[in-house]
Amino acid sequence: MQKRRLVFIISAILPVVLFILDLTFGAVSIPPGDVWKALTGGDIAPTTRAIVLDIRLLKAVVAVTGGAALSVSGLQMQTLFRNPLAGPYVLGISSGASLGVAMFILASPLMTLPKWMSAIGVAGAAWIGAAAILLIISLVGRRIKDIMVILILGMMFSSGVSAVVQILQYMSHEDALKSFVIWTMGSLGEVTPMQLWILIPAVAAGLIMAVAAIKLLNLLLFGEEYAVTMGLDTRRARILLFVSTTLLAGSVTAFCGPIGFIGLAIPHVCRMLFYDADHRVLVPASMLTGASVLLLCDIISKAFTLPINSITAILGIPVVVWVVVRNSARS
Amino acid sequence: MISISNLNLGFRARTLLAEVSTDFPQGCLTALIGRNGTGKSTLLRALAGLNNRYTGDILIDGSRLRDLGRPEMARRLAFVNTERTRIPNLRCRDVVAMGRAPYTNWIGRLSENDALAVDDALRAINMQDYADRTMDRMSDGECQRIMIARALAQDTPNILLDEPTSFLDLPNRYRLVELLGELAHSRNKCIIFSTHELDIALRRTDRIALLADCTLTNLTAEEMNESGLIPDKFGISL
Repeated sequence: MQKRRLVFIISAILPVVLFILDLTFGAVSIPPGDVWKALTGGDIAPTTRAIVLDIRLLKAVVAVTGGAALSVSGLQMQTLFRNPLAGPYVLGISSGASLGVAMFILASPLMTLPKWMSAIGVAGAAWIGAAAILLIISLVGRRIKDIMVILILGMMFSSGVSAVVQILQYMSHEDALKSFVIWTMGSLGEVTPMQLWILIPAVAAGLIMAVAAIKLLNLLLFGEEYAVTMGLDTRRARILLFVSTTLLAGSVTAFCGPIGFIGLAIPHVCRMLFYDADHRVLVPASMLTGASVLLLCDIISKAFTLPINSITAILGIPVVVWVVVRNSARS
Repeated sequence: MISISNLNLGFRARTLLAEVSTDFPQGCLTALIGRNGTGKSTLLRALAGLNNRYTGDILIDGSRLRDLGRPEMARRLAFVNTERTRIPNLRCRDVVAMGRAPYTNWIGRLSENDALAVDDALRAINMQDYADRTMDRMSDGECQRIMIARALAQDTPNILLDEPTSFLDLPNRYRLVELLGELAHSRNKCIIFSTHELDIALRRTDRIALLADCTLTNLTAEEMNESGLIPDKFGISL
């Protein structure tokens, strides 16, 4: 118990420390004192202020939001599908969102939309795409319990979606194509302040729903039959988790591009750190750890000027391998 | 007390039960027997509210199952299925505590009363020492008992179990059925379990319900033994 409290305190402090580190770290070196001045509105050069507030602060806020959102959505899916390898990226939900975004971005030169409308359009398209894939996976997952089958289906969805996206690219306008290709690389820095006003409320709503679903998730650990006979309203549970996951995974994918492995790996890291399966522990733990890890990924990606997706993959894949090996050893 | 009246039940196109009426009383352990495919599981699932494809009535403590909401149903009836439930990193106490879900608040916080019920359930199956162990390091028999403790913690007058003995060795099968009998008598519960263990059922239960040819014959163990129905329906002599 003592040890667990310590782990909790550390994982609560860590995001704060990494957030500050993230602000002081970047292509241009700015002394911590100047960062502080820029944040508090002190006397500082306007360019420095712009770098700190418009680039670094924005990116760090996106990292915190995205990390928490992806991790919690992964946790929800792992419990709902009773599948340790479930996650927004692996199940193809990010791909579904990508397809929505692709259709929207590539079609957008045909319409002339004001900026705020295109921001909402991107988010809406991603939500619809994510929800569609989630729906299909849920329907299949009810019949097929084999975790590998679900996993392969998710991969098939991803490949299918990229095929469709390639066809769309082939037929689309050059400018739209460029902005889409940049989007697919995944980035925390492409989010505009206006998009942030959609991202943050959407993720906050998804996280509130996740907290409201804690008891349902705990019941679902035992499978649907047990959950129902212990008083679970399946329909309510499914709708709540469905909407929450769509908001969390869909919104982040809409504005940051498909970011892999965070949603799959972080819940396992939390289970290991806290040695628990109770969602009263895992939901807050996933939020904190997810935020920390994505901040860390951002710092690493700035240090080596690498795309964020390659960092999350390098950090996440060992966790996935470990989960697969442990699972096959068990059965 | 579980009563059924004029129950018609099927699985896909096949009829399993036709116009069946009977009662399962309190303080009584009933074994549900029948050959493979006669519909033991389907019947138990219908009684537990997990299968709505039936006509006729199922009454749980006098109320129609169809009219009960999920939370109310969960306060009247607990269910243990055949699945080997093993949740990594979840301690036995937490598993049993989940049985309190129908009584706890939105986040599942245990009241003092709930904690007492959990302790009591663990004591009833003699697993107090396992409270802080996790299920991934326990035998099938121990896990099965923890799932039964969870059903006890749910504090319902009725408990249904689908083939609870199937993963156990012979001594453990006897022990488990004896335990169920004790619980039914000492706590005045109506406990029904499906099984293929005719021997154990005849020797250690109060009543036996035999499912065969779309009918359900619900007799005391003695009457069932004397009726000669078992050798007849199973095609064996005991």
